[in-house]
Amino acid sequence: MDTASFAKAMRLRALELCHLKRTSHIGGAFSVTDILAVLYNEVLNISPTTARSPSRDRLFYSKGHACTALYSALELRGFIDRHMLSEGFTTDGSYFTSHVNHRVPGVELSTGSLGHALGVACGTALAGLRRRLPHTVFAVLSDGELDEGSNWEAILFAAHQRLDNLVAIIDYNKIQSFGSVAEVMNLDPLADKFRAFNWTVKEVDGHDIEALSETLRSAKAERFDAPKVVIAHTIKGKGVSFMEHELVWHYQSPNKDDYEAARNELRAK
Amino acid sequence: MRNTFINKLRSLAATHEDVFLLCGDLGYSVLEPFAEAFPNRFLNVGVAEQNMTQVAVGLAREGYNVFTYSIGNFPTLRCMEQIRYDICYHEANVKVVAVGAGYAYGPQGVSHHTTEDIAMLRAIPNMTVCSPADPIEARAAAEFMVHHRGPAYVRINKAGEPTVHADAVAPILTPGEFIKVRPGRGAAVLVTGAILASIVHEVRASGRDYAIYSVPFIGNYSRNALATLADTFDAMITVEEHQLNGGFGSSVVEALSDLYSTGRISRMPKVRRIGIPNQFIGVSGSQEYLRRQAQLTLGASRSDA
Repeated sequence: MDTASFAKAMRLRALELCHLKRTSHIGGAFSVTDILAVLYNEVLNISPTTARSPSRDRLFYSKGHACTALYSALELRGFIDRHMLSEGFTTDGSYFTSHVNHRVPGVELSTGSLGHALGVACGTALAGLRRRLPHTVFAVLSDGELDEGSNWEAILFAAHQRLDNLVAIIDYNKIQSFGSVAEVMNLDPLADKFRAFNWTVKEVDGHDIEALSETLRSAKAERFDAPKVVIAHTIKGKGVSFMEHELVWHYQSPNKDDYEAARNELRAK
Repeated sequence: MRNTFINKLRSLAATHEDVFLLCGDLGYSVLEPFAEAFPNRFLNVGVAEQNMTQVAVGLAREGYNVFTYSIGNFPTLRCMEQIRYDICYHEANVKVVAVGAGYAYGPQGVSHHTTEDIAMLRAIPNMTVCSPADPIEARAAAEFMVHHRGPAYVRINKAGEPTVHADAVAPILTPGEFIKVRPGRGAAVLVTGAILASIVHEVRASGRDYAIYSVPFIGNYSRNALATLADTFDAMITVEEHQLNGGFGSSVVEALSDLYSTGRISRMPKVRRIGIPNQFIGVSGSQEYLRRQAQLTLGASRSDA
């Protein structure tokens, strides 16, 4: 499957899950979809049969609330059974919680509380360097969670320890829980902040599959004594015209009309 | 105790090649021998306890047996959520080690008084809470922690504590056990942590016929051992250098109540809890002074213990 089709299938599946189970965060799932599609379809050295292999790449998904995007990617890569996800998502007794759960195959770390995954990724990267393992450690973060002090502890640490097997990806969709990032807690100039913390910085259009592919592949390959951050400029709700840039889709679950309109729009692309 | 624990950890690390020690920029004059012996398995992560805990989880996921080390509230309360979610939910093989239990850093003020940690940490599923009483228990605690797989917390007093136990104590601690320190008939005094030495001294000096037990692990008590104590003694006294709310004494009362409500014991002993009366003590003072201020003694003889 080409990556554009992979991303399209992810969006349709995330939309369906949010609609069927009346869950939130479709906006954040759509902003990160193309990033995850490139990672899971092209970049990550992972597979269901090598899910515990020491040489696999590790991806820590810090925006655990945007679970439908990750579950969809894992389903497309064969980690998750489609029927089990459809039946299980947020239902009683299932591990398919609406913040990602490490008891689901392919999910490395349970998240949902923000500001945890980058530090864990740092420890994993440190182990990789000390044991000279070949893998790359990825952490996918939201922009809003950069308010958390624990992330800045980890950002200092990663540079000081020269964790050049670590790639952090910021899904910079510019909207957080209660308003725009600029209004709530401004992050700009974000790239300069990471540069000042001695990270290698790459900026990319987070919905340009080709550009993402090139940027993430090179970020994975480079080993120049510094951790790498990819700031992906994205659009909350990307792919559905009436969801794009709208805060309400951080919360609202698509009803029947929303669902059909969004599905038709996505299918037409 | 801290040197005993760390030195034992260092000697075990020679044969247990998965032991990894992280510190939060504390441990001067204590950790250097470990760092020199195992530079590839030691790291000072800076004054950043949330990240220290998360890095520990990352290392543990890759197969290391990770120890985080700092003073009192910093590797514990400061990063409670990392302990709850990253360590305990993921059952990560991380041991949190805090020095300065209770008022061990007395003159340094309330920031350094470690007096709510037991209550906080014992509430979390999968966490094993250990509070050794003297250098012999600290050494046996290190042995336990190197062999234990999963989350644990060790609360260590500081330096220069007297040895209470004869050397006959087992070289490795067992969770749930009550270690008899002296026999007696009038009451069973259950003590956790380094205040044990002063309680033993007080009982001896006052001539009371009290049995004394050291309890190095909080919670998950051996049901048989606790039931035997409850059947043997009408009166029990718990002692801890920690707030009364939710601490060691509470854990004993809860366990006894569980035994009683399920019919495992036929009557509840009278339990007197000695601990800090749920207050901060903001004045400066030595550990001994602050213990007296908090009335962490058995006090005047009472017929009902």
